[in-house]
Amino acid sequence: MKTRYTYGGDEHIYVEMDDEMSLDAFFKSLSMSNAVRAANIDGVTEICPANASFQVRFDPDVIAPADMLARVKELESKAETAEKRMTTRIIEIPVFYQDPWTHDCVMRFRERHQDPSGTDLDYAARINGYDSAEAFIEAHHSQPWFVSMVGFVAGLPFLYQLVERDKQLEVPKYLSPRTDTPKQTVGYGGCFSCIYSVRGAGGYQMFGITPMPIYDPEQKMNYLKDFMVFFKPGDIVKWKPIDRAEYDSILKQVEDNTYVPRIAEVEFDLEAFNADMAGTNAKLMEALNDA
Amino acid sequence: MTLKIKNPGLATSIQDLGRPGYFHLGIPMGGAMDRFALRCANMLVGNPEDAACLEAVFMGPEIEFTADAVVAVTGAHLPPKVDGEPRDCWSSFEVKKGQTLSFEFLKAGARAYIAVSGGIDTPPALGSRSTYPIGALGGVDGRAIAAGDDLPIGSGKGTPGKSVPEALRRGPATPAALRVLPGLYWDRLTEKAQNGFFDDEWKVAPEADRMGYRFRGGRKLEFVDREQPFGAGADPSNIVDGCYSYGSIQVPGGTEPIVLHRDAVSGGGYFTLGAIISADMDLIGQLQPHTPVKFVRVDMDEAAAARKARKDMLAEVRAALG
Repeated sequence: MKTRYTYGGDEHIYVEMDDEMSLDAFFKSLSMSNAVRAANIDGVTEICPANASFQVRFDPDVIAPADMLARVKELESKAETAEKRMTTRIIEIPVFYQDPWTHDCVMRFRERHQDPSGTDLDYAARINGYDSAEAFIEAHHSQPWFVSMVGFVAGLPFLYQLVERDKQLEVPKYLSPRTDTPKQTVGYGGCFSCIYSVRGAGGYQMFGITPMPIYDPEQKMNYLKDFMVFFKPGDIVKWKPIDRAEYDSILKQVEDNTYVPRIAEVEFDLEAFNADMAGTNAKLMEALNDA
Repeated sequence: MTLKIKNPGLATSIQDLGRPGYFHLGIPMGGAMDRFALRCANMLVGNPEDAACLEAVFMGPEIEFTADAVVAVTGAHLPPKVDGEPRDCWSSFEVKKGQTLSFEFLKAGARAYIAVSGGIDTPPALGSRSTYPIGALGGVDGRAIAAGDDLPIGSGKGTPGKSVPEALRRGPATPAALRVLPGLYWDRLTEKAQNGFFDDEWKVAPEADRMGYRFRGGRKLEFVDREQPFGAGADPSNIVDGCYSYGSIQVPGGTEPIVLHRDAVSGGGYFTLGAIISADMDLIGQLQPHTPVKFVRVDMDEAAAARKARKDMLAEVRAALG
């Protein structure tokens, strides 16, 4: 892992901890972006952590780009010694896989896909060595996920699965991005899953849909009253497969504003996880039983 | 008082100087694409420089005034009319109660800023009235203006007859030159592709909006061979999803550069080769589709000098309008 510093025009510093994805790179980028925030540097206007990188936006009238870069570099040693542990939460997110709405969208944009003759799920299953879409879906939801970035559009989480590198699912993005994606689609691109927080353009493969809103600009949903965006980096997600009947039932609760997501507070320790992934995950998921 | 929208134009939205501070959640700064023009329009009508205005794209709206007000139109050359009588751009003029503000066809540029004394007083969202339709924030219920809307206006008092001196009215040039600071994932490109990007002439594509401007016409960019890093995706233009800078230039598949603008997506999985310098961002908002464009390579010192020149120009406008 070698840190790379570069400018994004005259108003941004971009820091890449590693060019490949890993939780080590994520933790280092989060720690370092937190250190930049804590340093309270005059002229900094935005600090955006990403999967294995982060970006600082600043006002060059207040601090010269070279000075800003030097200040950020100074903080790298702090990030290296930071604990790779956090108190966070695990959230159960219901997913209706192979639902009719994303299926309709999958079919509408077939000409932009690598395999126009099948579905996104059939394609993802095949290239990842699974016999069927069902077996692939099982692999998608059996182990938990880690929110390693929030962004693209308002409140969209990128999720990284908590499994060994050789068990990671990987799919390409669409050959050319779609102009439409249903709201709350569960998508996949590279090694990341995502939930499209709003309707709009997108390039990730589409696997299913969740009835649970994760962005509410009006802040009316009972669990989005404090802030309109649900996810933050470090959140852990367990997908729960649901059928049409349960989807409709949750949707009704969402409409009545009585739906409450299952959430439990958990500790996540990267070293403990690396030492025993199955055991750590079992413990994380058990916490949901009491939620 | 209110503005009664009789015809909204093509894509007229309420914009101010935006809502910085939420990019880490995917909520962009937003705000006027041509910030200089918005500031000038506000100064002309006696508003604070960051007051909310209407940003009209290619075509003007038709608005009935329910009280007397002072109005100014800057940015694109979109000549205003009051009850059919022509008025000057970059100058303040009166609109009386019951009169209608409308516009001629667009003569040059792409986005006009319409300031009204007192400023548009719709409810702010996350500290700004700027419209961000994807996230349903700001504007009128999170959307662009529509026929039948009644836009509230704050209290203010402008002076008609003020004018921005001609030399300080910054319009788009043809062909346009956009200055680029190489960086970010610049090294992904072969030397030939790096040179080609600056040598070729590009044209603004029809897909050009507040989120990003797409360009066509240059040669396809070639990438340095590598084994793609884990998590990035197989295409050589893919990276592990990271943050995008405002003004950054991504080239999905190496074919069509996209410059992210005020309503930028905050991150994604395409490599970026650098960014348009901050001094030239306003200019992009005034480019019409099919405009020929050259990208010009600059270094950080040149970017700083250009930024200073823009600041000085704004200071001159402030001094001129006193």
